[in-house]
Amino acid sequence: MSGASLRRHLTSRVMTVLIVVLSFTAVLALVLILGNLLVKGASSLDWAFFTKSPVPAGQSGGGVANAIAGTILIVGLAALIGVPVGVGAGMYLAEYGAGRLGFAVRFVADVLNGTPSIVIGIVGWTFIVKPSGGYSALAGSIALAILMIPMLARTTEEMVRLVPHSLREAALALGYPRWRTSLKVVARTALGGIVTGCLVGIARVAGETAPLLFTALGNLNFTTSVTQPMQTLSLQIYVYATGPFDEWHRLAWASALVLMGLVLVISLTARWVTRARYGRIR
Amino acid sequence: MTQLRSDRIYQRALTAFALALPALILVILGVLLVDALPALRRFGPSFLWTSTWDPVAEVYGAAPMIFGTLASSLLALLLAVPLALSVAIFLTEFSPRWLRQPVAFLVELLAAIPSVVYGTWGIFVLIPFLRSYVVPPLKALLGWTPFLQGVFYGNSLLAGGIILAIMIVPYIAAVSREVLLAVPTSQREAALAMGATRWEAVRTAVLPYGRAGLIGAVILGLGRALGETMAVTMVIGNRHDIGVSVLQPAYTMAAAIANEFSEATTGMYQSALVEVGLILFVLTVVVNAIARILIWRVARGAAVGSKAL
Amino acid sequence: MVASANTRLRLETAHLTALFGQHRAVRDVSLLFPAHTVTAIIGPSGCGKSTLLRCLNRMHELTPGASVQGEVLLDNVNIYAADVSPVELRRRIGMVFQRPTPFPTMSIYDNVAAGLRVNGGRRRAALDDAVSRALQQAALWDEVKDRLHTSALDLSGGQQQRLCIARAVAPQPGILLLDEPTASLDPAGTQRIEELCHALKRLYTIVIVTHNMQQAARVSDYTAFMYLGSLIEVGKTNEIFTKPKVEQTEAYITGRFG
Repeated sequence: MSGASLRRHLTSRVMTVLIVVLSFTAVLALVLILGNLLVKGASSLDWAFFTKSPVPAGQSGGGVANAIAGTILIVGLAALIGVPVGVGAGMYLAEYGAGRLGFAVRFVADVLNGTPSIVIGIVGWTFIVKPSGGYSALAGSIALAILMIPMLARTTEEMVRLVPHSLREAALALGYPRWRTSLKVVARTALGGIVTGCLVGIARVAGETAPLLFTALGNLNFTTSVTQPMQTLSLQIYVYATGPFDEWHRLAWASALVLMGLVLVISLTARWVTRARYGRIR
Repeated sequence: MTQLRSDRIYQRALTAFALALPALILVILGVLLVDALPALRRFGPSFLWTSTWDPVAEVYGAAPMIFGTLASSLLALLLAVPLALSVAIFLTEFSPRWLRQPVAFLVELLAAIPSVVYGTWGIFVLIPFLRSYVVPPLKALLGWTPFLQGVFYGNSLLAGGIILAIMIVPYIAAVSREVLLAVPTSQREAALAMGATRWEAVRTAVLPYGRAGLIGAVILGLGRALGETMAVTMVIGNRHDIGVSVLQPAYTMAAAIANEFSEATTGMYQSALVEVGLILFVLTVVVNAIARILIWRVARGAAVGSKAL
Repeated sequence: MVASANTRLRLETAHLTALFGQHRAVRDVSLLFPAHTVTAIIGPSGCGKSTLLRCLNRMHELTPGASVQGEVLLDNVNIYAADVSPVELRRRIGMVFQRPTPFPTMSIYDNVAAGLRVNGGRRRAALDDAVSRALQQAALWDEVKDRLHTSALDLSGGQQQRLCIARAVAPQPGILLLDEPTASLDPAGTQRIEELCHALKRLYTIVIVTHNMQQAARVSDYTAFMYLGSLIEVGKTNEIFTKPKVEQTEAYITGRFG
């Protein structure tokens, strides 16, 4: 080998090794975080954690039953509001989105996807909390729904576009009206993908804290009234982790593990749906 | 073409849903503008470069937060870009086939961890680790530079930057990976056929072809870092100061809003915070728009990155 | 021109021109499809034969920028008249495509019933009858009668294509349009579809587009040869293939171009 060639191969070797090392550093970070979460969180989990509400500051014991229920309620309500709008907008983009309005909506969706969630929090406060006279779970749900809509619009569009054009033609040739072709054949074929997109969106907002700070606010007590302030796991973690008590820190880790578990379960369900329902037509 | 009534209704319904998005962005912008107006009127453009933040005297200037936001985000990019691009290149070019799915899945998982969980990890694991193992040798080695002055108490620009870096790695990696996957195989094969090594093929064919998209991915990561709230709020120290030492506490725009908005009792205090939100919003919109345009040029309008969100 | 006394299920084009934007893909074609016959449209790729077929059930106009001039007469009624609904029309004309297009989320039964349900037929017993009749007509009944409620995607390519024929004939359309229906099938599958053409013309008027001349010769009663969007020659199939009148036709069927 000539000197130049040797140097070339040496450079290539060095760069390859560097890339592999850096990649594994990144993956290692994840393993570390998940490991910490599992070790520190699991040691704090007990039955009371899931069934009891918080006890006054400084005392030990208590749980986050109120936050678990609140998370499920607020996120569920957000999905109820956000999914129809997001999926509908996505269907529009896939079916009628070729023109200028389609382009604009697509661009706005991408820009909204990058909007800081804290800004959505401000909007939720000004637009809902202030006029309605108080913090409420509903305001939190609306803020989360706003975060979800652009995400769902884009993933829905992407999934619907994967449906072969020939299926649409076959339905139209059979005398299906366009709306029925769109819903019964195209959307139904893409349903697995759409559901996956929705679950991924829900998983993401389930972990959000910033938009809830001045909307749902948090609540030490168990409540199911959506017009009242309500606690979520994310808000609870924020308060406990930044608080002064060791007992709170313990509960923060445990809550973080539960929240992460919740997010993971939703994400894994999303993958499973993709595989079970969508794998077939591709 | 004649259109059925039912078809017309269907199209209108979908159009209404779609119009919700432009409406939403107008509402956001409107709300921010209206509520920021008192502060805009009172302080004018000097809001951007003055440093006083005094709720008692009702004098506000956002320079420390703007500085902190930019500094922490740039620090994060500095750390995250090499890692994220490595992951993307590794996954598309070097990884054995069996490893691709698991690694891609792990990276996706990293993106799914909630911000507040990162923050918790930052407080209880990262900061003690930095204090014991990273800062002392760093100070011994580079302590003479202005970037490492002062005593390290934990909550700092450094901690904020590192947490942000860890958070945006999966994001940049996922988008970069999609960009690299969009590079035609023929580009690689052409380089390899000329006798290039794998790395040379990547450097001379793959990276230049996807350059605009990769820059887009990095800018998208920057957009995330600028607006990221909870994790940063929990570790950056939240102090209204401008300093170049990464060991000192700092503040970001998002953190200021998160910390102070619900305590802001007077109209002017709140208005100043909303103006901070407005600056943050405009900044991220511009950054994201640039990123999107760059990525669209490579991927032709595909929703690249929407899965990574 | 071919003459026919039967006016039922009679399809005819009159000075039909189909456009994509400014491009004329079909040029001034006047052609009669007599009732209960099989008419094959042949010609080289891009000659406009598929476009012509898609004009017959108004599928052509679904392509953005596409338009039609002239008339298509179904039993002497112009299907492009203002008061004709294209959706209603398509329910009276069945169509089968190059590649099998079973609806992936539906069972075999639901696929065949799809066209019936959209017509408003919902009574279970009537649906059952219609589905089994359609599957019998498509010569698929014996193979699927025990698994009507399994996924249509589990069928072979040839079976899927016959399923699509069953789906097309289930609403008893009268006209059946086949757009290169055997293009993606193996020889055995192709043979079964060709046999079906023979059997089904008793019930339907069939128009089949094909680039396979042997197939046209085997299945059709009449053959129309198109070239560059224009109708060059039409006649009884055996006459077209044995003594074509136009030189271009002869050149094409003897394999000198195309």
